[in-house]
Amino acid sequence: MSEPTSALNRAEFKGIAKVEETGLHGMITLRGDQSSAAIKKAVLSVAGTVMPEQREAIFSDTGGVVWMSPDELMLLCPYSEVEARVAALNEALAGTHALAVNVSDARTVFRVSGPAARDVLSKLTPADLSPEVFGPGQVRRSRLAQVSAAFWMEDDETFGLFCFRSVAQYAFDLLKVAAAEGSEVGYF
Amino acid sequence: MLTLECPYCGVMADETELTAGGEAHLKRFGPGSSDEDFEAYLFERENPKGVHFERWRHSHGCGKWFHAARNTMTLEVYGTYPAQTSEPPVEIRNKISGIAPGWSWRLFK
Repeated sequence: MSEPTSALNRAEFKGIAKVEETGLHGMITLRGDQSSAAIKKAVLSVAGTVMPEQREAIFSDTGGVVWMSPDELMLLCPYSEVEARVAALNEALAGTHALAVNVSDARTVFRVSGPAARDVLSKLTPADLSPEVFGPGQVRRSRLAQVSAAFWMEDDETFGLFCFRSVAQYAFDLLKVAAAEGSEVGYF
Repeated sequence: MLTLECPYCGVMADETELTAGGEAHLKRFGPGSSDEDFEAYLFERENPKGVHFERWRHSHGCGKWFHAARNTMTLEVYGTYPAQTSEPPVEIRNKISGIAPGWSWRLFK
């Protein structure tokens, strides 16, 4: 039996910021009415966090919940637990109009860290990443050069980021160029 | 560069994050309608110099469709509003009247 592997097999690059592909992650798309008590309860029991507000990303020790749109959440968890969590969600949401799907292999997760991480991402996206506007706890779905991506801040100098797996190499190459040695901008 | 506020995400989205969807508030004429109505629905579009209402999609973001009221000449954006409406909201129309008195667009003024 072949082992599941992530798109870039934990590739790394070190320039003015460190870029890592972080391997396999469990990801569950949860669609439904976010104001419904049943869905809030299911998120709390399965992901262990409260329902995120608009553009909020909440993380716990074993995963997290990322706000994707007014009717869509992305639940993150360890890759090995994803099937059990989808089953738990489906059980908790029986009779509720909602959809939970395992999409773990659809996306690739990167981490961009270092004091210049904001500069590196700002070279690639039109989103405003100034510290007054964007900080830990928030998520922004936007564009990374030619592809869609979502990113959030784990702390002041660390971004988590995901894009579709089919464009993982493109996104990694972009991040490598943006983080090339000697390409500091020093704007933020 | 055009920057529109996505009414679903609440972010100021750059034009390059969005996809333009053409004229807003079209009424569909499908099977059973007259040839004139169907032709007008398919082909006849406003091309105003001034106030215009358009559909946009936050395609690199939340993926939702929304409406924008803007001025094609001054590039001023009067506001954005959700897609679930068949006509421009009164607040937006009043706001435009305050800025560009005497405006009209299709049946609205």
